[in-house]
Amino acid sequence: MTRERKLQIGLWAIGAVIALAVPFMFGPFRVGQFTLVIAYAVAVLGLNLLVGYSGQISLGHGAFFALGAYVAAILIAKEGFPHLLTLPIAGAVCFAAGLLLGIPALRLRGLYLALVTLAVGIAVPQLIKRFEGLTDGTQGINVLQPSAPDWVPLADDQFLYFLTLLLALPMFLLASNMVRGRVGRAMVTMRENEIAAKAMGVNLATFKTGTFAIAAMYAGLGGALYTFSIGFVAPESFTLTLSFAFLAAVVVGGLATITGAVFGALFIEFVPVYASDVNEALAGVIYGAVLIAFMYALRDGIVGLGRRLIRRASRPSGGASVGTGRPRVGASEARRET
Amino acid sequence: MGRFTGKRLLWLALLAAAALFVAACGRDEDEGGGEGGSDPGITKTEIKLGGSYPFSGPASAYKTIADGAKAYFKKVNAEGGVDGRKIKFVTLDDAYEPPRAVQNARRLVEQEQVFALFNTLGTPNNLAIWDYMNQKKVPHLFVATGASDWGEDIKAHPYTIGWQPDYVTEAQVYANYLKEEKPDAKVAALYQNDGFGKDLLGGFEEAIQGSNIKVVAKESYEVTDPTVASQVSKLASSGADTFLNITTPKFSAQAIVAVAKSNWKPLHILNNVGASKALVLTPAGLDNAKGIVSTTYYKDPEDPKWADDPAMTEYKDGLKAFSSRSNPNDPFHVYGWGAAQTMVEALKNMKEPTRAALMDSVRNLDQEVPILLPGIKVETTPDDGYALEAMQVQRFDGKRWRLVGDVVESER
Amino acid sequence: MERFVQTIVDGIATGSLYGALALAVVLIFRTTGIVNFAQGEMAMFSTFIAWGLLQAGLPLGLAILATLALSFAGGMVIERVIIRPVEGGEVLTLVIVTLGLFILTNSAAGWIWGFETRGFPSLFGDDSVSVAGVDIAVESVGIVVLLLGVVGVLFLIFQRTKVGLAIRAVSINPDSSRLAGISVGRTLMIGWGMAALVGALAGALLAPRLFLDVNFMGGVLVYSFAAATLGGFDSPFGAVVGGWIIGVTENLAGTYVDFIGSDLKILVPLGVILVVLLVRPSGLFGSPEVARA
Repeated sequence: MTRERKLQIGLWAIGAVIALAVPFMFGPFRVGQFTLVIAYAVAVLGLNLLVGYSGQISLGHGAFFALGAYVAAILIAKEGFPHLLTLPIAGAVCFAAGLLLGIPALRLRGLYLALVTLAVGIAVPQLIKRFEGLTDGTQGINVLQPSAPDWVPLADDQFLYFLTLLLALPMFLLASNMVRGRVGRAMVTMRENEIAAKAMGVNLATFKTGTFAIAAMYAGLGGALYTFSIGFVAPESFTLTLSFAFLAAVVVGGLATITGAVFGALFIEFVPVYASDVNEALAGVIYGAVLIAFMYALRDGIVGLGRRLIRRASRPSGGASVGTGRPRVGASEARRET
Repeated sequence: MGRFTGKRLLWLALLAAAALFVAACGRDEDEGGGEGGSDPGITKTEIKLGGSYPFSGPASAYKTIADGAKAYFKKVNAEGGVDGRKIKFVTLDDAYEPPRAVQNARRLVEQEQVFALFNTLGTPNNLAIWDYMNQKKVPHLFVATGASDWGEDIKAHPYTIGWQPDYVTEAQVYANYLKEEKPDAKVAALYQNDGFGKDLLGGFEEAIQGSNIKVVAKESYEVTDPTVASQVSKLASSGADTFLNITTPKFSAQAIVAVAKSNWKPLHILNNVGASKALVLTPAGLDNAKGIVSTTYYKDPEDPKWADDPAMTEYKDGLKAFSSRSNPNDPFHVYGWGAAQTMVEALKNMKEPTRAALMDSVRNLDQEVPILLPGIKVETTPDDGYALEAMQVQRFDGKRWRLVGDVVESER
Repeated sequence: MERFVQTIVDGIATGSLYGALALAVVLIFRTTGIVNFAQGEMAMFSTFIAWGLLQAGLPLGLAILATLALSFAGGMVIERVIIRPVEGGEVLTLVIVTLGLFILTNSAAGWIWGFETRGFPSLFGDDSVSVAGVDIAVESVGIVVLLLGVVGVLFLIFQRTKVGLAIRAVSINPDSSRLAGISVGRTLMIGWGMAALVGALAGALLAPRLFLDVNFMGGVLVYSFAAATLGGFDSPFGAVVGGWIIGVTENLAGTYVDFIGSDLKILVPLGVILVVLLVRPSGLFGSPEVARA
């Protein structure tokens, strides 16, 4: 096993330990924040599949998140469904919605796709209000949070955290398998060169629409988990700001990475709050500046940085002497010259 | 520089994890309780209150409410506090987003360990947190919204109470006014498509039932709309002779201008939130606003009538001393100041330093708040969850608002 | 009938407002190939500067001219300092940077000037004339004329001047342009400066109607994108015409189509975007994207 691999495993282990330890290290409020981070991470993962791996841009991801959140809220609060049952339903509904959006998206690329998805993202609060018979419009829907069953020796917030983690894990594993396999390679080929992909037998239509649907499904599941965690949905909860936040999370975490979703979600949950703590009035300035700074310094996101560090750390001891030396002039260097 | 080996990195990381453990050092459960028998957030020297406001985002214009409240608390502290306890008001930004309000509430209650939540702003935000607040049995007081929910539901949400006259009360005042002045009015309504707009319009429609007043046209708008000009244009051609303008400041100004520019000359009724001379009428043009009718329940900082009024002087001096960047003519400051006065009164009337005693005090208020109009009192009983239920009609004469008639009480 | 004509006239008036900001959006796209999400906020910031100058006592015309100049400079600085480091990189990186700029500018404006609504005087006064029972504001006519004037000037710049030629060259092929001796960096800066200037002008035109506050451009931006999409993202004339079409359609739909009503008005520009992009992505006047097959 290479050094790099050992390092990676080591870091994974640490990460797992931390993730499991969180509910015992922090009070209920913080744990609640981390639970929300997990819900966001699932949605961001879906968006990353769409944007990072298959190269299709979406500025309206919040719409599917909202759809999933409302499906869960309506079923639980109004129809008395058990919480867990709403997850597959939310996922299925959003999958279908993603297919619907994916079909016209076939014909669009880049800027144009961005605009259409932007339109979808904007329309969400309006549509929620318009269908108020179902959604209770601006009153919003209050949802009871899942509480720890008696035989589990955990507090409610800890239970919810572990439940969310447990539900999110398979989503991450599934995504990870997808991108490592045939599907992932097809997506990346499609992203880099559509003609080549077609020539290699990739059915563009299936993959493009399929990716949309999968991304939507992930967003919907994230939305349902969000409903469990926050316990309330209203039109004001799902504005364009949310879609932008998801996109920022994808890029900050690392495009075309799986673990990037977690870091991205941590970023969009905590940075605005910290910015606000530093200075209420300047919170937006701080947040915007941090976002821009991230784009300068960490173009491949946090995970990208992590990978680079791991690579450097796992080089044979002796550091940057022979062999590494001056960086080779590659494509990325040439670009920086411009 | 040492060797940056993989092994070192691993150890470093493990060390970091261990440090995290030690730092977080076991879990801080909430409800730790204060000293001997009293609740969190209150000690012999301090009372901690929490608030969630939109300091950023689409509703940021209302943050001046927080400024007004803070100024009053600072003044009270400068004068010794409440029974020797200084008030600490911790405010957090929720950008008018319900999920952030939920998190703020949890943070304030569990991490900041506040005694009570005061004056949280926005109907959806308060709806998002009131179940939680009542579940935790933390007082959720004097919320900054006029939705009727807060007074309707005392049994299910005993820890929640509003402050301002709610929108239904306000609508009743308009209905009454019309019944007297224009009993056959044909009303065209512009309303914001959210809880605030719908509550007011709904209250109005209910209050005019059985009379000859009719709503002949309704147009809504979203806060994300750039302008309401086209809605007003439509209403102008509806044949109505009365314009019920249920909007928030920016859109109120737009509507006033749109009406003034058209040929439509209705009786213009403007809701209280949008009636500020400083924030709305001046940008819209004082001449355009002549004849507009609205309601109010507190003294107008720009009304010369109150120039020497002790309460007004106290407010203006206090704002200058404790919030010097603030514009005293911004009515939201007065609002915050007034609500804070009720909060302090409730704290003063507490029989014990406990949340239960605070709620008891809150449910039995009978307070003259000097910055409110004479004749309007804060009154609550265990069955009556509406703190303020009266308003007075005012008409703009081109230069200032003039009070009309008497204080009108709600018909609940 | 009168109602119908009035609806159309109102639509053109509102549409001009959308078109004004769309012009700025199109300018940036045309020169740098980026969609600048922060365009509206930059325009808002510029308008606040103009307002500040007015408060300081400058007459309206002078205040606006000064603001245009300042905005031009500001646009150049933004390109050089904020955008240049990520130019030529991933599209997404650029998108996020403009988003960050959006948030930053909005918050900065609030911090400096506060969040209250303010009035802003109109360049064209407040009168309106009544033609055959239809009210037309002098201001609306003025805006239309001014916009067409700006489109004309831009046309001249792009077709007849060296700077315009440079901009066109850089937007098509920066590397070849560099080889031909064009300073790509400087050209990009000029492009951003121009867009910022037009944005500032748009702000000054919109503020009297919409009233100036920190969030007043937010709603307009979507409509401007729709207008630019409809007209063609690289056509200034298209942007203005697109704005009119959207303004009129939205008004007509709001008035005559009951299902839409006023609360779903936003669906009109969104629907336009969708339809145009599916049927004719390059818009009415834009140049079609030629992809090497």
